[in-house]
Amino acid sequence: MNALVVSPIAIPLLTAFLCMMAWRSVRLQRALSIAGALALFACSVLLFARVLDVGVLAADIGGWRAPFGITMVADTLSSLMVLLNGVVAVAVVVYSIGAIGPRREKHAYHTLVHCLLASVSGSFLSGDIFNIYVWFEVMLMSSFVLLTLGGERGQLEGALKYVTLNLLSSSLFLSAVGLLYGLVGSLNLADIAIKLGSAGDGTRPVIAAIAVLFMASFGIKAAIFPFFFWLPASYHTPAPVVSALFGGILTKVGVYAMMRVYTLIFAPVFPAAGEILLWIAAFTMVTGVLGAAAQYEIRRILSFHIVSQIGYMIMGLAIALLVLERMADAPTEDRPAMLATAAMALGGVAFFILHNILAKTNLFFVAGVVHRLRGTGELKELGGLYKERPYLSLMFMVSAMALAGIPILTGFWGKLILVVAGVRAGEYWIVGVSLGVGVLTLFSMTKIWAEAFWKARPGETEGAEPKPDDTRGTGWMNAVVAGFVVLIIGVSVFAGPIYRVTERAGHELIERAPYIRAVLDEEYLRSLPGGIGERWIEPRAETASAGEGR
Amino acid sequence: MNSLVLQTASRFLLPLLLLLSVVILLRGHNTPGGGFVGGLLAASAFALQAMAFDVESARRMLRVNLLAMVGLGLTLALVSGFFSLSVGGPLLKGLWFEVPVLGFDDPIKIGTPVLFDIGVYLTVLGVVLTMIFTLQEVVE
Repeated sequence: MNALVVSPIAIPLLTAFLCMMAWRSVRLQRALSIAGALALFACSVLLFARVLDVGVLAADIGGWRAPFGITMVADTLSSLMVLLNGVVAVAVVVYSIGAIGPRREKHAYHTLVHCLLASVSGSFLSGDIFNIYVWFEVMLMSSFVLLTLGGERGQLEGALKYVTLNLLSSSLFLSAVGLLYGLVGSLNLADIAIKLGSAGDGTRPVIAAIAVLFMASFGIKAAIFPFFFWLPASYHTPAPVVSALFGGILTKVGVYAMMRVYTLIFAPVFPAAGEILLWIAAFTMVTGVLGAAAQYEIRRILSFHIVSQIGYMIMGLAIALLVLERMADAPTEDRPAMLATAAMALGGVAFFILHNILAKTNLFFVAGVVHRLRGTGELKELGGLYKERPYLSLMFMVSAMALAGIPILTGFWGKLILVVAGVRAGEYWIVGVSLGVGVLTLFSMTKIWAEAFWKARPGETEGAEPKPDDTRGTGWMNAVVAGFVVLIIGVSVFAGPIYRVTERAGHELIERAPYIRAVLDEEYLRSLPGGIGERWIEPRAETASAGEGR
Repeated sequence: MNSLVLQTASRFLLPLLLLLSVVILLRGHNTPGGGFVGGLLAASAFALQAMAFDVESARRMLRVNLLAMVGLGLTLALVSGFFSLSVGGPLLKGLWFEVPVLGFDDPIKIGTPVLFDIGVYLTVLGVVLTMIFTLQEVVE
């Protein structure tokens, strides 16, 4: 069990190191890289199945008992995220064979990809706030080098903005961790949650400051308003497959971290979070989608859409936090319904992240194929793809429609859950905003469709012979795109059962007790001064009612 | 640099420094020392060689590629954590064995942290030398 929890971190790290040793042979690196990604995927599936089966799992690194050592925790949400990381890992590595080229592979491309995957898994699984910071730094380093790999002018320019903003985010994060440690004397998330929950009212202003620092630092990572501008400035510059990896999984780490700390630690002690995040969500959605409307390069459009989609996720989190805050004063008979709404909103976020990782990564994959075929992503210079490559066009269409939220595809279900949760919470205006943004997303996707796929190829009318398409490696690339289309359709069809799993993740986040019990043992909980740990101890022989932790 | 004094001295110093680095690596578990310091010391030995003669000769003396050495070091450090996993324990927990050695009364205690330290040693050696050699090659 211990091995299973840490395997999503250990396997990519081992793969990265082995690839480093195999620096001489690109072929060997490819083989190692694919084997490593498959092993990561297999272990993440096993971990996910195990968590669904037995509940939250925890492993203390080095045998140092929580809260003194570093703990890795896999609950439904984190193991689902790790599973998605595994899916993206396999896809990216296979796609790379066709797409990346030996020039970058010789410069430790595979090592960097696997270091990045390890750091993403680490951030998802870590149950220790400082450890999350460490994984964020590993992530920043590997992504920074991946971003500049190839050394083109545009890449360096984009990377400069990327690294500056992310370093700022890291320093904010570190200050917040320092303040938090000064306040409660612990770094373990579960331990902090208990101790902060019973801190006196006099500490509320400090807690508010810490919570806002976390919001800003995770906000920069997740690219929310007003911190998003580094993302569209850098994500279109590296090799297309690197854009896909970043766009698919990297920004979601920020969202995940925000979900984790706000539900586990700050929900009971910082009631203003819901209101603030709701406004941020609205601005993020709108600015992202409007920014995309002004762009005419495929990957730039997609990058702005990442921002607007992050807005949806923040919206779900904000709705859940608002409902939880109101629940404190609500009459008892209303509470179960409110709990269900909050769990629905959080489950909706998890579902939306799942949808977004599939759809967005695949759109970047398609952009990569187009870039390979025509050597450009500028909409003005593209055209005629529908006539020449009908299957690719179809696959783009499915992913784009999924992103825009056309029924019955994944985006529709994701938005539907969030909208229903918003209506139940009575937040009608944000629901209105999110629906409007959905229409504008459709507009952007139609723009790419009309310009790149539908219109005649520029120059064709003058009778000039167009440059033949460069098809090197597109077999691998198309295979991955097709695989993701199948996944998107599969998730759309089985949206119901999948939503039940994500809703369970939402319930776990709200209840908090399963997480805390898995991390801290009974002896420690009893030993806490003032009996503050008592209420988290598993009651014997009587069933715990939902949400008793509040 | 073409200095007879430095070249002669480095011929004697190189094996001494390397030996000392291994001693410091091994005594590091309970006393001052360890993989990091040992690695730095070994790096200084090769850096001396590179300064007294040239980078090329230092690279030849190393025989292994620096990147591969960093990879090997990191792999060893990670793998040292796997031993405990294989007996159902937590990742990176130290396992200790008592090995009787001829000529000693007490058995020698040896454990997975030693492997971790060797990994650190190789990683530090590789990384520091990569930096020094790169800078020196610019000068040359």
